[in-house]
Amino acid sequence: MKKEKKPIIETTNLSKIYQSGNLNVRAVDNATISILPGEFVALVGPSGSGKTTMLAMLAALLTPSEGQVIIDGYDLSQMKEAKRVQFRRKNIGFTFQSNNLVPYLTVQENVEMMLRINNQLNTDGRKKVVNLLTRLGLDDRMRYLPSQISGGQRQRVSIARSLIHDPSVVLADEPTASLDTERAYQVTKIYADLIHENGKAGIMVTHDLRMCKYVDKIIQIEDGIISNIIEGRGTIDEFISCA
Amino acid sequence: MAFYLAFKEVWRNKGRFFLFSLVIALITTLVLFIAALSEGLALANKEFLEKLDAELLIFQENVDYVASSSRIAKSKINDIQRIDGIDKVGPIGFSNGTIVFFDGRDDLNVSLIGIEANQPGSPPVISGVSFQIDRGTEVIIDKNIVNQTGIKVNDKIVLKTLQGTDEVYNEFDVIGITDGRQYLYQPSIFIPYRTWEQIRPQVNISSSLIETTSNVLAIKLEENQDQGLIQENIVEQVDGIDIADVKTAYESLPGYQAQQSTLNTQRYFTLLIGILVIGGFFQIQMLQKIPQIGVLKAIGVANPSVAFAVVYQIIIVTTFGVFLGAFISFGLSAAFPPGIPIVFTGNSVVIAIVTLLLIGPIGGLVSVRLAISVEPLIALGLSS
Repeated sequence: MKKEKKPIIETTNLSKIYQSGNLNVRAVDNATISILPGEFVALVGPSGSGKTTMLAMLAALLTPSEGQVIIDGYDLSQMKEAKRVQFRRKNIGFTFQSNNLVPYLTVQENVEMMLRINNQLNTDGRKKVVNLLTRLGLDDRMRYLPSQISGGQRQRVSIARSLIHDPSVVLADEPTASLDTERAYQVTKIYADLIHENGKAGIMVTHDLRMCKYVDKIIQIEDGIISNIIEGRGTIDEFISCA
Repeated sequence: MAFYLAFKEVWRNKGRFFLFSLVIALITTLVLFIAALSEGLALANKEFLEKLDAELLIFQENVDYVASSSRIAKSKINDIQRIDGIDKVGPIGFSNGTIVFFDGRDDLNVSLIGIEANQPGSPPVISGVSFQIDRGTEVIIDKNIVNQTGIKVNDKIVLKTLQGTDEVYNEFDVIGITDGRQYLYQPSIFIPYRTWEQIRPQVNISSSLIETTSNVLAIKLEENQDQGLIQENIVEQVDGIDIADVKTAYESLPGYQAQQSTLNTQRYFTLLIGILVIGGFFQIQMLQKIPQIGVLKAIGVANPSVAFAVVYQIIIVTTFGVFLGAFISFGLSAAFPPGIPIVFTGNSVVIAIVTLLLIGPIGGLVSVRLAISVEPLIALGLSS
């Protein structure tokens, strides 16, 4: 009998309510999702739909107003700030839109930083960094500063940084926003491959539906409400082609 | 982690941080030079009194401890000498004169200090011999005169003084050289008291014959005496005098307090400017780094690490700048001619350097506060 996988990310009736004058604005409204290990999910929707707010709550950067976020068995909605910092450091890997590398650290040092802050930077850790950067085609750029490499290379460094400390969840906020189409596909594919290979739960916020060709699930969000969840290769491809 | 981030940023932006260190170095140079000038001017004013081998000085009553206004009859020496606990009493007379050169060198104004041999006020000799008698045409010169004129032991010098309205020239033999003993911004020449009485500038040529007086009396106490108690005894037993310890005496020198407070005010303002410059630089830098700090916090770098990274960076840059400034200051001072009153003393230099090292972190406190307040949500383009 096949053992059923336990979700790494689970949200239940998750809401974020902002006060705007006398109005309560529900940036995310009753969102319930679950993401399994090795599953790569795209969070899509128009600007202002609440996808980044949703990502921030999943990343332990924002406390939910209502509902629950459980990642790896930890309830983030109950967690204190100091614990959340520790949790992010250990359990979450981040890729942001752009300019997210430390400009005065080399490519290698940027990736090593995640091991450094997790006290895992030893000989094995350094080897792991070199191997991952080599895998991402950056072996000849390891001593370069972020300003000395291209935008696509910077995003690949960022992907390496988000995975090197073996987090259970990897999150990406518009990782291809500043890239041309070819590089955007390249980066998304690498991201998807690494998530699948390493059994991570991955969420990518994107406004570019073409990038969804590598994901396993699309969660569509509109006005803070999850309006559609699209699963299965065929359905996803059909959704992309219709968009 | 904090030091690693701070050091890497400084190292990889050496040009920018070096330029800023240069600004700190210039502030340091300014502070050290003001401190050295303050010390030098104070020393040029008080050096003789500060180095005096006496604990107390007697002035005429109601002259606010101003030696040039004070006249003490020599007969008071015996009254004071009788008081228990007093070892020696020496009369000291102050006047001005000029060393005149006949070989084209510039004349040099000096303080003429009349002292009695082996009494308080008599200077230690670092070359040559001391006075043996209280009259004669022998003088001991301050080493500042040697530095400025090249006069040496056994040379003859001519001193010009005013007697009435006449310029009078007297020749003296240099028998010894003492260490720096400037008084009222002039190097000193020590003259046997009786001789000093004769050559000191006077309104009338005959006025020195009326009564033997000195400007002040220097008192050396016997060992292990209670200075306060003896001071009280002197005041009780001798009329018409005021008594001061050496520090009070030199702090009462004309212009001393005004000069020191002016220079100290300049020094404090320079330090304040330093705080503002350092604070401004790091604040601007921090404003430019807000998105970067947001990312660091988002990926799990803790607030204390971010804050300490800023503090370490300030310490690295300030320390480098301060020591560079100190090095520049000492280098420049070595090139100055001997007459310029710039004196670096260990105490004032250490105080200035420690203060400058402290103003860095103080100036940077605002940027530390800003670094702490940056929210990780910035990384996602959100704010709470």
